[in-house]
Amino acid sequence: MWRRCLLTGVSAWLAAITPASAFIAYVSNEKSNTVSVIDTDSWTVTRTIKVGQRPRGIEFTRDGKFVMVAVGDDDTIQVIDAKTQQIVDTLPSGPDPELFAQDAAGKIMYVANENDNTVTVIDLEKRARIGDIQVGVEPEGMTISPDGKMLINTSETTNMAHFIDTATRQIVANVLVDARPRFAEFKRDGSELWVSSEIGGTVSIIDPVKREVTGKITFDIPGLRREAIQPVGIGMTKDGKTAFIALGPANRIAVVDGASHKVTKYLLVGQRVWHMDFTPDEKYLLVTNGVSNDVSVIDVAAQKVIKTIQVGELPWGITIAKP
Amino acid sequence: MTSTTVTPARSGFSLSEYITCLNGIVWREALRFLHQRERFVSALVRPLVWLFIFAAGFRQVLGISIIPPYETYILYEVYIAPGLMAMIQLFNGMQSSLSMVYDREMGNMRTLLVSPLPRGYLLFCKLLAGTAVSLLQVYAFLLIAWFWDIAPPTIGYLTVLPALILSGLMLGALGMLISSGIKQLENFAGVMNFVIFPMFFASSALYPLWRVREGSPLLYYVCLFNPFTHAVELIRFALYGQMNWVSFAVVGGCTAIFMIGAIYAYDPSRGLVRRGPGGGEA
Repeated sequence: MWRRCLLTGVSAWLAAITPASAFIAYVSNEKSNTVSVIDTDSWTVTRTIKVGQRPRGIEFTRDGKFVMVAVGDDDTIQVIDAKTQQIVDTLPSGPDPELFAQDAAGKIMYVANENDNTVTVIDLEKRARIGDIQVGVEPEGMTISPDGKMLINTSETTNMAHFIDTATRQIVANVLVDARPRFAEFKRDGSELWVSSEIGGTVSIIDPVKREVTGKITFDIPGLRREAIQPVGIGMTKDGKTAFIALGPANRIAVVDGASHKVTKYLLVGQRVWHMDFTPDEKYLLVTNGVSNDVSVIDVAAQKVIKTIQVGELPWGITIAKP
Repeated sequence: MTSTTVTPARSGFSLSEYITCLNGIVWREALRFLHQRERFVSALVRPLVWLFIFAAGFRQVLGISIIPPYETYILYEVYIAPGLMAMIQLFNGMQSSLSMVYDREMGNMRTLLVSPLPRGYLLFCKLLAGTAVSLLQVYAFLLIAWFWDIAPPTIGYLTVLPALILSGLMLGALGMLISSGIKQLENFAGVMNFVIFPMFFASSALYPLWRVREGSPLLYYVCLFNPFTHAVELIRFALYGQMNWVSFAVVGGCTAIFMIGAIYAYDPSRGLVRRGPGGGEA
């Protein structure tokens, strides 16, 4: 009996001291025109890559070989080779690309061009622009439904979530949400679409079948003005049970119960927290803090901020390779 | 006819005699503490008032700086927790010195001092007893603070123990040194105003030193040379499993100086308190 206890204890201890497999996170720094590379084992910046002007949206290709970063002021998307960490190519977007989404196969990419109210469709294999979709004013948030049939784009000034059929590339529905919708995210089972409204200070829960708002998440942090609470980035665990919402200048991440849509906790992070990404094992969530120029690391299970790492100026987006 | 037994003069004492003495003094202090429930409650209420009320109004005070040992942004209540732990020990140190003044006034101290063991050892036992009591108070505070979301890493609860013992000894020794100069219980109010408050406020307990420096460079240096600052920092680092060597050296050094001072002050032949003609306290 005691041997079994000892064995269990030793294996638990070994599991605790064995470092988790390291992942590499790429952070776009909007003001310093760089991308910071973070090693998630040592939690340090291992490299800073010079990129084009105003890098914002950043994402790995589905095969994990390249990192794509939208450089808005250069009106293009640059491609970084994850192995050499050098810029190897560019993709043809419209003017001022901001956020983008890829289909499940990683063949088609949709880019929101903030300045000309369009979504550009790019064939990633040919690296060629194959179409444009006219949307609302100042398009930003981009996501694709888990079944791949619906592309969602939010337009900041029109205050809408546009439902775009990926087959016909036509808008099939528009859902009005609160002011300045910034980001959209589906639950993995496709049952809900969440859209954050920066000025409205809410996250709208949309039924993707009925295409109507079924609920709203509101935030209340004691001691903070309502205007300071500006929801932007959303991160949801694969099981859909927990969501993390970046509240911008409130310097907090709200932890939200995926089923009840109630805020269970607020986590203090750096200033103007913006976007986020999970490590593939969902052990950690990394969030970018624009004004304090750093990235905070959240232990997902413990719901605790464990570290903050200095990066470049005005960190905006973040992506971590998914194996 | 009466016979008298002459005890031969002894050059030293056995270890068990030392332990009996230590046990007696620590046990008396523990019993006294346990019988004074109000003291325990008031020792806890004081830091909790700071934590629940004072800290609530200063949540945004720390600004954007991340200071060691913290690795990320923290709320103000997390920042002041180590300061409040040290405050518990500061009050406890002064309170046990108050009890020495009381003991002296009531004559209990004579019972203690008739012990043949070296006076320095007796004082050290008294100091250990006071520190042990402060540890109970601090851990009770940490338990309540945990429910207030002040949760240092689990290992921190263990690593903070040596730091608490050392800072408890330093603050206890300081209290002992001060108590040697107090003739009456009533004078203790002065200790409150001239020792406890200045030590607590002119330290890193409530604000980080960089913030103090922004406000007043002079105050910054006062805080920097305040041993209480180093007690707070030693506890703060230890609570997060880290070592602050400078604070360790300062606290260790001050403990030794205060202890030697107290032993000197309690020596009737050289003491700081003027004795009466019969050798007793005036």
